[in-house]
Amino acid sequence: MTPPGGETGSVHSPAHAPHGAAGHSNEESYQPVLLGGVRDELNRILERYPTKMAALLPALWLVQDARGWVSEHSMAEVAQALELTPAYVKGVVTFYTMYHQHPVGRYFVQVCTTSPCMACGAEDTVAALLRHTGCGELGSTSPDGKFTVIEVECLGACGFATPIMINEEFVESVTPDKVSTILAQLR
Amino acid sequence: MGFPHAIHAREEAVLSRHFGDSNALSLDGWKQRGGYKALEMALGMEPAAIVNVLKESGLRGRGGAGFPTGLKWSFMKPGDGKPHYLCCNADESEPGTFKDREIMRWTPHALIEGCAIGSYAIGAETCFIYIRGEFSEPLRAVGNALGEAYDAGVLGANAMGTGKTVNIYIHKGAGAYICGEETALMNSIEGRRGNPRIKPPFPAVAGLFGQPTTINNVETLAAVPQILVNGAEWYKKFCLSNPKSTGTKLFSVCGNIAKPGNYEVVLGFPFKDFLYEMCGGPLPGRKFKAIVPGGASVPIQTPEEAEATLMDYEGFVAQGSMLGSGGVIVFDDSQCMVKLIGRFARFFAHESCAQCTQCREGTAWVTKILERIEAGGGTMQDLDTLLELSENMTGKTICVLSDSCAAPIVSGIKKFRHEFEAHITGKRCPLRSRSVA
Repeated sequence: MTPPGGETGSVHSPAHAPHGAAGHSNEESYQPVLLGGVRDELNRILERYPTKMAALLPALWLVQDARGWVSEHSMAEVAQALELTPAYVKGVVTFYTMYHQHPVGRYFVQVCTTSPCMACGAEDTVAALLRHTGCGELGSTSPDGKFTVIEVECLGACGFATPIMINEEFVESVTPDKVSTILAQLR
Repeated sequence: MGFPHAIHAREEAVLSRHFGDSNALSLDGWKQRGGYKALEMALGMEPAAIVNVLKESGLRGRGGAGFPTGLKWSFMKPGDGKPHYLCCNADESEPGTFKDREIMRWTPHALIEGCAIGSYAIGAETCFIYIRGEFSEPLRAVGNALGEAYDAGVLGANAMGTGKTVNIYIHKGAGAYICGEETALMNSIEGRRGNPRIKPPFPAVAGLFGQPTTINNVETLAAVPQILVNGAEWYKKFCLSNPKSTGTKLFSVCGNIAKPGNYEVVLGFPFKDFLYEMCGGPLPGRKFKAIVPGGASVPIQTPEEAEATLMDYEGFVAQGSMLGSGGVIVFDDSQCMVKLIGRFARFFAHESCAQCTQCREGTAWVTKILERIEAGGGTMQDLDTLLELSENMTGKTICVLSDSCAAPIVSGIKKFRHEFEAHITGKRCPLRSRSVA
């Protein structure tokens, strides 16, 4: 399980901070992402589609994989690469819940609490995660910058309640008593 | 990665035969299990002949709507000079449904083979598999399998050495339930917000990038190679009740039940045997209270209705619900229906794309009212308001998301009205007070 790269590990701002507030201070010296190997990857992706716009979701993934989140500077960079306006790109970014518009903890933990998981005790799992990570509340990042815990709508693994996702990794059948062991493997 | 259960004696494992068998993940392993014979066969056939086999088999869409697959494919006219597209809907996000995830993470080549056959049959040189962003394991498994298939010349500009072009790409979603709606899915591939489009035009006329397009679910496409290799007659014989419902179907089972998981049965299988025998029945000391048989979007069944159901497209309708995506959610007598229905409503409110007023406002207001009732602050008039809102949310919007939100509310109030009234008169959740004491 690898944390996303970029500067995210050193940023301790809540995921629900007002727009821009968290990002601007470390965005003054914005380093473009779509260069070198990443640019080559984007060019390969562009060959699949008849329009440049269609590469928008993949391009945003490239940015988030590299920097851990999608800042307004990144949106402008993607917009330029795909001949779109920054406003258009922002409109798309804000539609999809998986693009982080603010820095998040090194380990981004998503817990499913939709009805089937709720019926199997997901709320207790959430409480345990908040307690053991020190996040305090959903959407906040722990004081050490390591964890952000959010509630997520159906993860599509309902038979393995409660599933959680830590960065790119799925962990199935998480009960409150397993939480400390799971987190200990990350610290 | 959780391992699937051993196949139950009464299951019919056509799609799930190799679940749990990690040797089936590779191209060689898949070929050893009979893989890619169907594609080889298909590339030597006329596209119309493939469509006819599918029509004859009776296969219907496994994503929820149950539209006949062969008929859908026949809307595509090869040789019209336009680029055609196949989209595979792997955005599986319907609460209670996790069958496509299992197909992709254990048998990715079954899906790729089905996509390749489908592409050829509808005259498409390009297929996009739209996989939801949260599905890291399926993304990896299908990505690796695609890499192998390209390297081995199964896919590409000279697929299996036949000179035909079959390109398949993954398009990774980014967290939006609504992108499982076919026109929203196409918008998402085009780099737009996932707002559903008004139909007509239907996708077969003007779909992805404005071109003729077919959208099929993962399970539908994964069944195609089996049908082609074994024949339509073989597939048609999988039928225990209504002849309009043929084949096997994966049902995902979750919630308060002894053995959750994915089970594959012949359509028409008795739901009672399924729930009690195959899935082990309720947890010790509990009784089933409510069953949502086809994902969160379908009406809720009482145990009596469920036990009288034969599991096919018509059978679920006859007992007050729908087959939907085959996501069976079971709630037992320890659960509060008001809270669960309120949580479903919150799901739909969160996932509404907010284009249509009835949906944007309706899903938000029913959620507020349901949560108020659950917290003990409801009035009897709230129940009428919920039903009135639900009526205004049904059949009045571009897509069916708001209809889906209304279905469990209307059926919930009808079938579990006493629980709603107990919250209102007692000014608290009767179950919660018991558990606190």
